[in-house]
Amino acid sequence: MASTIRVRAIAADGNVEVQSLIRHPMDSGFMKNDKGQIIPAHFIQTVTFETKGKIVFTAFWGPAISKDPYLKFSYQGGAKGDPLTISWTDNEGMSDTLTTKVA
Amino acid sequence: AFGVIARPARAAAAEDIYAVPRPGTVRVLHVTDTHAQIRPVYFREPSVNIGIGAAQGVPPHLVGRAFLDHFGLPAGGREAYGYTYLDFDEAAHRYGTMGGFAHVATLLARLRAEGPPGATITLDGGDLMQGSALANDTAGAALAELANDLGIDAMTGHWEFTYGQDGLRANIARLHGKFLAQNVFLTDDAAFNGAHCFDASSGRVFQPAQIYAVGGRRVAVIGQAFPYVPIAHPRRFTPDWSFGIHPAELQALASDLRHRERADAVVLLSHNGMDADLKLAAVVPGIDVILGGHTHDAIPTPTVVTNAGGRTLVANGGSSGKFVGVLDLDIGPGGVRDIRYRLLPVFSNLLPADAKVAARIDALEAPGRAAGAEVLAHTDTTLFRRGNFDGPIDRVICDALRHELDAEIAFSPGFRWGPSLLAGSPITMGDLMAQTAVTYPDVYVQPMTGEAIKGLMEDVCDNLFNPDPFRQQGGDMIRIGGMSYVCTPGNAMGSRISDLVLADGRTLEAGKSYRVAGWASVSQKQDGTPVWDVVARYLRARGTVAPDTSTRVTLRGVASNPGYAAT
Amino acid sequence: ADVPAKPVWPKDAFTCKDEASALKALGWEAPVASDKITLVLPEIAENGAVVPVSITAAMPDVRSIAVMIPDNPFTLTALFPLAAGTAPDIACRVKMAKTAKVVAIVAAGGKLYSATRDVKVTLGGCG
Ligand SMILES: [Mn+2]
Ligand SMILES: [Mn+2]
Repeated sequence: MASTIRVRAIAADGNVEVQSLIRHPMDSGFMKNDKGQIIPAHFIQTVTFETKGKIVFTAFWGPAISKDPYLKFSYQGGAKGDPLTISWTDNEGMSDTLTTKVA
Repeated sequence: AFGVIARPARAAAAEDIYAVPRPGTVRVLHVTDTHAQIRPVYFREPSVNIGIGAAQGVPPHLVGRAFLDHFGLPAGGREAYGYTYLDFDEAAHRYGTMGGFAHVATLLARLRAEGPPGATITLDGGDLMQGSALANDTAGAALAELANDLGIDAMTGHWEFTYGQDGLRANIARLHGKFLAQNVFLTDDAAFNGAHCFDASSGRVFQPAQIYAVGGRRVAVIGQAFPYVPIAHPRRFTPDWSFGIHPAELQALASDLRHRERADAVVLLSHNGMDADLKLAAVVPGIDVILGGHTHDAIPTPTVVTNAGGRTLVANGGSSGKFVGVLDLDIGPGGVRDIRYRLLPVFSNLLPADAKVAARIDALEAPGRAAGAEVLAHTDTTLFRRGNFDGPIDRVICDALRHELDAEIAFSPGFRWGPSLLAGSPITMGDLMAQTAVTYPDVYVQPMTGEAIKGLMEDVCDNLFNPDPFRQQGGDMIRIGGMSYVCTPGNAMGSRISDLVLADGRTLEAGKSYRVAGWASVSQKQDGTPVWDVVARYLRARGTVAPDTSTRVTLRGVASNPGYAAT
Repeated sequence: ADVPAKPVWPKDAFTCKDEASALKALGWEAPVASDKITLVLPEIAENGAVVPVSITAAMPDVRSIAVMIPDNPFTLTALFPLAAGTAPDIACRVKMAKTAKVVAIVAAGGKLYSATRDVKVTLGGCG
């Protein structure tokens, strides 16, 4: 199955700009389904971005982050070709991880 | 550095009101919100156009006598007919129809001919490609052709977006002129997915501005599309695009045009609506003139707004082909020396039809002529739409929805477009389409609680009367059939609407469910019948329409408001 | 390569229902409003379920950025602890059920700063 994670990391002058999109329902626990039943909360709690043994970015999320969450940030000290590993875990213990190369 | 602003021509009947001296270097002609009214129309200006707080009693929130007094226009003449609702029926018979693209074309040609060749820029402010059967049947394409015939050099948009992203792109490809919008950006997702855009580094979907080199000077025209397309219309039409006003981006662009692109003058072609433009002019310096539209306000004398960079003129060009704005810029080596602006009413019978445009209109309309000519009913009273709360045309639509769909309450959107029909007129299918031609016309019937009904009405009312113009959307109040209510525009969000009473005298109960009909829902794709079929069925069965007047909107706190006239 | 320890989601902070208790759970003082924080939000949300938020902090030594929406059921919406070298400039998207304020809180140089903006959430319609 295709990864839930899509990421683009582009280096310019030692700075790496990262954008990511994760496929996840991010159910808040307050919405109802077609039958009027509450859809239980199901949301990503932690996302990490690590490169060369170091975490460069962490996102802690609550249930009010939008479905299919998007993130954008940048960090210093990266270069083209560096590996960048993105991992998430959610409140139900599910997780995914993906390693990409900085372009 | 800033000159006199001409009052509108106060011509006697015999005088040529279209002889406009040309003092400047560059002439910019502005047409906006024609809503595909390619034939001459009657269009009654509003008797209710209320401004609250800082907007009270200042343009555009003036109606009737207050409007004439403010702008120094005589009562009872052509201009009073063009600009106000006063004595509408009588004046309409005396002065005739207004607008019509063949007549507008004649006026544009004349206004261009007064200057050296190439010294005129012609702009369309948007809401050109929607508002008639022809517009809908061709998904705007017929109007793109006519824009070319009118010599439109650049336009921006609003309803143009309701043909969808691909539909708009196809129409832009048909235009000889540019489509400009500085305030439309790719969404995060679309940018991530590499969606097509004008400029990937900014994320702008469209070309933001165009520089015209005229008479040795450089005039920059920036486009500002309607900022709230995905809110006012179904989001499915523009899934990849994000709108908004974006003052900071506009400021940076205006500054870049002046300094890097060496523009001598900057004009904003805006579809924000006049209240939003007045605020924008105050917060963004560096724009000489805003040529505005969307709120359909016909403003004879622009408002001068002072800001950190000097002054900005804010004009608004009316609707339905009734007016052409004439902006003459006198530009020297140091920038704009003098600005003159006039808004010219287009009286169809004072301007001969341009033969080429008339022939084009005949040809374009030929396929739909028979269907459009069908007489559905007659009206004994004058029917119009425009006004903040109510209008007999929407009463008829609500009556039809309630009757045909067996609903207690009917909603009809507070659109500002749609011409007027004089007492004694036939109502043709074409007339009905001119009130209903949208790309999401389906009717719906659904149960709604009293609480949800009131909540919806409060929400729409806040779009008109939010104290922050950037939080208004420029439409009128949703029309309600089968229910009376009281509105206090000066109150806060959530407490403007009260005393909701159904046609049979029952008070609306918050917890009770009611059967509500409507059309043009933005929230879900409906799968029913287009509203024009429902209204046509209702009209055919009647012969003569008589709008239901058993329910009413009562306004509180506006008795002395110059934007309100009891009629 | 070494595998760094995974950071732990601060559950106590994310279950708070008002701003004061969320700040307390994070061990934070009340922040001071700062014009060095640029909080970009739409005037009117195009979709209350997807409201783009971007936050840039121009002060030195930024350690964390938080997003709080006090009118949502849970106040703390996102917390971004920044590694050294990571720019104090982030964008994400949040859900808002109704017109409400969004607060960006920045922890920098041992102090706390904030910026607040309202977003209007509307049912739409009536062009
Ligand atoms: Mn319009
Ligand atoms: Mn418009």
